[in-house]
Amino acid sequence: MSRMAATRDGYGQALLDMANNERVVVLEADLGKSTKSLHFRKEYPHRTISCGIGEQNMLLTAAGLAASGYIPFASTFAIFTERAFEQMRNGVARPNLAVHLCGSHGGTHTGTDGSSAQSIEDLAIFRTLPNVVVLHPCDDVSTRVLTNQLIKINSPSYTRTARNKTPVFYDGREEMIQIGKGVKLIEGNDIAIIACGVMVSEAMKAAEQLKAEGINASVVDMHTIKPLDTTLIDELVATCGALVTAEDHSVIGGLGGATAEYLSSNNPTPLEIVGVQDKFGESGQADEMLEIMQISAPYIADAAKRAINRKK
Amino acid sequence: MSMAISELEELARKCRIEIIKMVYRAQAGHPGGSLSEIDLMSALYANYLRVDPKNPDWHDRDRFILSKGHASPGMYAILAEMGFISHDDLESYRVLGGVCQGHVDMKWCPGVDFSAGSLGMGLSFGVGCAVAARLSNSKRSVFVMLGDGEIQEGSVWEAAMAAKHHELGNLKVILDRNRIQNDDFCVEQMRMFDIPAKWKSFGWDVKEINGHDMNEIVEGLDFLVSNNGNPTILIAHTVKGKGVSYMEDNPSFHGAAPNQEQFDIAMRELGEVIV
Repeated sequence: MSRMAATRDGYGQALLDMANNERVVVLEADLGKSTKSLHFRKEYPHRTISCGIGEQNMLLTAAGLAASGYIPFASTFAIFTERAFEQMRNGVARPNLAVHLCGSHGGTHTGTDGSSAQSIEDLAIFRTLPNVVVLHPCDDVSTRVLTNQLIKINSPSYTRTARNKTPVFYDGREEMIQIGKGVKLIEGNDIAIIACGVMVSEAMKAAEQLKAEGINASVVDMHTIKPLDTTLIDELVATCGALVTAEDHSVIGGLGGATAEYLSSNNPTPLEIVGVQDKFGESGQADEMLEIMQISAPYIADAAKRAINRKK
Repeated sequence: MSMAISELEELARKCRIEIIKMVYRAQAGHPGGSLSEIDLMSALYANYLRVDPKNPDWHDRDRFILSKGHASPGMYAILAEMGFISHDDLESYRVLGGVCQGHVDMKWCPGVDFSAGSLGMGLSFGVGCAVAARLSNSKRSVFVMLGDGEIQEGSVWEAAMAAKHHELGNLKVILDRNRIQNDDFCVEQMRMFDIPAKWKSFGWDVKEINGHDMNEIVEGLDFLVSNNGNPTILIAHTVKGKGVSYMEDNPSFHGAAPNQEQFDIAMRELGEVIV
């Protein structure tokens, strides 16, 4: 049994990793205990800026800091980042200020708070903004590594993390992780499953199930939604001839949307999109939510078979 | 080298002429709020703001954030007078590829510290700049110009609360209280009642002046720069369209260009000789 951990803990650890860079500042909107920026606050209170419950002000305060030479990391729940979307658009992305926004507790996987807290559109909306890098890592190790890499990019970013623990894949494999490069976790020639976030472990389970049925699946962790690793997608099309995407996010505009946009214009290939079907969630445990939203491993396996049947 | 009152008034008059010319050439833009803010900005740029036109990105400069970013002709006029941009650049206002974008933009125009245009954002950005100045142990000040209609945006009050919470004495706001917003008089769109009391209740130091009387403006700006305890706001009572008779206090000239006949009247009233 692999180690279990939550991606938000990787974010909190990364802030500490970067703390010796005096330009790193952290902004909170009364959710530091949840997003895990609290560890940084404890050690470096003078570089932690409390914004109260005011996400719009937080985003632009971060922009002012970035324009003054600092490297701000701001976090709140994924759902509340959406409240500051226009601030992100006009005050951060448009002037291309390197503000790093993290939305924790993303997706329906966040569970029993119910639909008001389950962001299923964050990846889609932030992906539409020019200049913005969009990340959705699958474990604490990759979240830590990717967040540390953000300090080197000179553009804004949005990172979605998750509340609940999921299996860890990257212990001892940190060097595989790079912004903009998907990671092939399993090699197979019949179908490629491209997943992000908490759905990577579901994709791994689906691949096991398919293997028992004689189908060899590739599984890719596409932690970077934007810029999308289209080189890897082309490679998967060449080897597998059909694709499935899997995300705890609306089927509109997220990883599936981004993949479909690329394929339809450049490399038409059968694609099945596993995600939330344009509806809101409800209160439930994480595993129950994946089930009721029809995005858990068996649904990915079914989608894989449908995609294979569509190959010419 | 400080300008005398009469020199500041002359500087503002020259800016007013450029404002009208920009909007007339583009046949679009926002003359009303540019004319109401320009006396304040002329005095601020000429005598108070620590900036260097030859080195607009000087890291330790004071910041000036025009949050009411649509009133850009006023900003471009003063930037040209101060030498950040040339007078020829003013012809690029609202023209493809021009440094003078419709709304002030830090990526396009030297001397612009914030890409504005969406109301209610500048004060929060200023909070960030002010926190940064303090983290850097810098004495630089952050000035933010707000419109009065703009403070109807709720996020302005998030920023006002944050400024006092973080004790940002280096944050200095000028409120252009011209009483008119896009559609109509503010009082018709959303009554704001006692604006000075609102800021005071958020922990700010407040002073009110006549925003077209250069003696009062200087007195007000002296107060603004000398006060480093609390965040400070100068509420400047102004007249939208000030200096052009038919634009004054007229909601129609919030965002409309004069026709040729109106342009000629404006030039005459501002003392510009048309060759």
